[in-house]
Amino acid sequence: MRRHKGSPARTAWFVVAGLVAFMLVLAGCGGGGSSSGSSGGGGGGGGEELQKLGKGEGELNLISWAGYVEEEWVKPFEAESGCKVNDKVAGTSDEMVKLMETGQYDGVSASGNATARLWAAHEVAPVNVALVPNYKTVFPDLKNQVYNTFEGQPYGIPHGRGANLLMWNKNDVKPAPTSWEVTLNPEVASKYKGHITQYDDPMSIAEGAVYLMEHEPKLGIEDPYELNEEQFNATVELMKEQKPNVGEYWSSAEQQIEGFANGSNQVGTTWQYQYFALKGEKEPVAASPASQGFLPKEGATGWSDTWMISAKAKHPNCMYMWMNYIISPKANAEVAEYFGEAPAQEKACEETKNPNFCKEYHAEEPAFWKRVWYWRTPLAECSEGGETDCMDYNDWVRAWTEIKG
Amino acid sequence: MATDAVVVKRSAGRRLAGFFSGRPRLQIGSLLAAPMAWLVILYLGSLVVLLITAFWTVDPLSGTVIKELSWDNFKELVNIPVYREIIWRTVRTAILVTLTDAIIAFPIAFFMAKVAGRKTKALLVVAVLMPLWASYLVKIIAWRAILAEHGVLNWALEPIGLHGPGAGTASVWLTMSYLWLPYMILPIFAGLERIPDSLIAASEDLGAHPFTTFRKVILPLAFPAVVAGSIFTFSLTLGDYLAPKLVSNEQFIGTSIFDSITNNQPFAAAFALVPIVIVIAYLGVARKLGAFEHV
Repeated sequence: MRRHKGSPARTAWFVVAGLVAFMLVLAGCGGGGSSSGSSGGGGGGGGEELQKLGKGEGELNLISWAGYVEEEWVKPFEAESGCKVNDKVAGTSDEMVKLMETGQYDGVSASGNATARLWAAHEVAPVNVALVPNYKTVFPDLKNQVYNTFEGQPYGIPHGRGANLLMWNKNDVKPAPTSWEVTLNPEVASKYKGHITQYDDPMSIAEGAVYLMEHEPKLGIEDPYELNEEQFNATVELMKEQKPNVGEYWSSAEQQIEGFANGSNQVGTTWQYQYFALKGEKEPVAASPASQGFLPKEGATGWSDTWMISAKAKHPNCMYMWMNYIISPKANAEVAEYFGEAPAQEKACEETKNPNFCKEYHAEEPAFWKRVWYWRTPLAECSEGGETDCMDYNDWVRAWTEIKG
Repeated sequence: MATDAVVVKRSAGRRLAGFFSGRPRLQIGSLLAAPMAWLVILYLGSLVVLLITAFWTVDPLSGTVIKELSWDNFKELVNIPVYREIIWRTVRTAILVTLTDAIIAFPIAFFMAKVAGRKTKALLVVAVLMPLWASYLVKIIAWRAILAEHGVLNWALEPIGLHGPGAGTASVWLTMSYLWLPYMILPIFAGLERIPDSLIAASEDLGAHPFTTFRKVILPLAFPAVVAGSIFTFSLTLGDYLAPKLVSNEQFIGTSIFDSITNNQPFAAAFALVPIVIVIAYLGVARKLGAFEHV
């Protein structure tokens, strides 16, 4: 082989180095120019609230939890509004926040652990509730909450609420558990070592905190999302002890359904969606029954979801029509029964197929929901007294990585 | 009119050809411009962007990227023990998968290259390549089903009183060893084919024990091919995230990057540099061992 020594190779290196330098300059310039969000400045939120509802734009792009946007109630909406619905199902709140940042979506069914972050990132616009007539009859204890209203301005329309369930396989887990002990107390949980399943999200730490509220009163936890360092470390320790017993940290509903169906998972945290799907497949699963108020004795974490509109929505009129439609009595009843959650709309209780549905799901009992801790973004500033010694969401994310080891 | 146009066109083509003739650099340059632009701008360029992103941080509440250079992500990677553990677990698994595949692949490749007749050889090559035609995700999900509690592995092991590995590092090892086996067999097969049969015959004629022939003749000549195959098995294991996500409850480099992407892209970028550095180091070692001599 004849080889050119030196020069061609050196030329190639110069070319590469030159291009790399060029890319660096390019990236540097790009960095200066693009700041996300439209309003900038302090506070949060972005865009203007809509003043007058116009004609539909013919299309609507949504991000939702599994089971929130289903054909049965989407078809009538499309016929009535002329807005064709495209839905993207997300598995976690983090995913929803990331998807919203792309600016390609008009709205999202955000849980409380996403709402504040979306607001702070200027990704969502204020909602003019006057343009959503059905908002008037939404349950009052869902309006103006810390997770859907910022600086006195509503940033979304409540969709429905529920608690995270404790689900188990009746053949493997006996006797039927009545407490989170079965997954969180190492002595009890080790009986199901390798078969416990836990939601793969930092919010699961709050589940540990709810457990400790009851079992370690000395720690003085009053709110599972407002943990000071000592309370937080104790909770993280509990979750680390749980790790050896966990078979799978699930991050999509399908993954968990399959895990319970093939026997790998025997007991763990779930959503109503998976529970009903497994019931539908005649799998021997059970969850805390109505006679126990659906909750293990400690209470539970849960969610109160909010439809928010993107600050960059390309189809704002269709999104307003959707927000009004999804809390209309009939549609809200359908989605609530399909998913297994308490509706946000008072009048939905008259439309449910099961006449006792709202009673069973405690839709009309504010007292019941005091024991359900809706997901929320943990902030350094604890709400009471303006203290700043609480662990923030970054700490939670880091701890969750450490828990999983 | 029509003939005029043809004449004009031809002369333009001629002129272009004339322009290129006697300028070899220009010929090569215009031929390679498009692929080189692809490689450098899209491929290397995105790596550079990744490198820059690694020095940014995010706002804790909103998750908005703050475009100021800082070492925070790297400090976190070094100072928080869990990340070291994840990196070590991943590297360990990659080494195990590579060794497992080498041990399984060598006899198969040897049989294919030196023992099997022409028809059997063709059949075996097809058999090795066949799994590559199926989607990699489908294969992982199949392993998820095999390793499941009521899966076929536990069913087969039950009579002899054993139990499968469940969802842990061992499951990842099994799944990955299966997934990347063809990438080990094919380079070894190619390497063994290159060894002339006469060398083996000569070794036998000189009275060497078959094992000595293997140790002193075949293995040294085939070793670079094994190292070449190991580059695939090692780097593919290092970067994979779906298999660990679906068959285990342990965190690997890939899954940690995947989890960070949703709420902290700069940290994910910093973490993504770790496997790049490890693979570059590995390639350096492989080069020393002669893996690139026949490339």
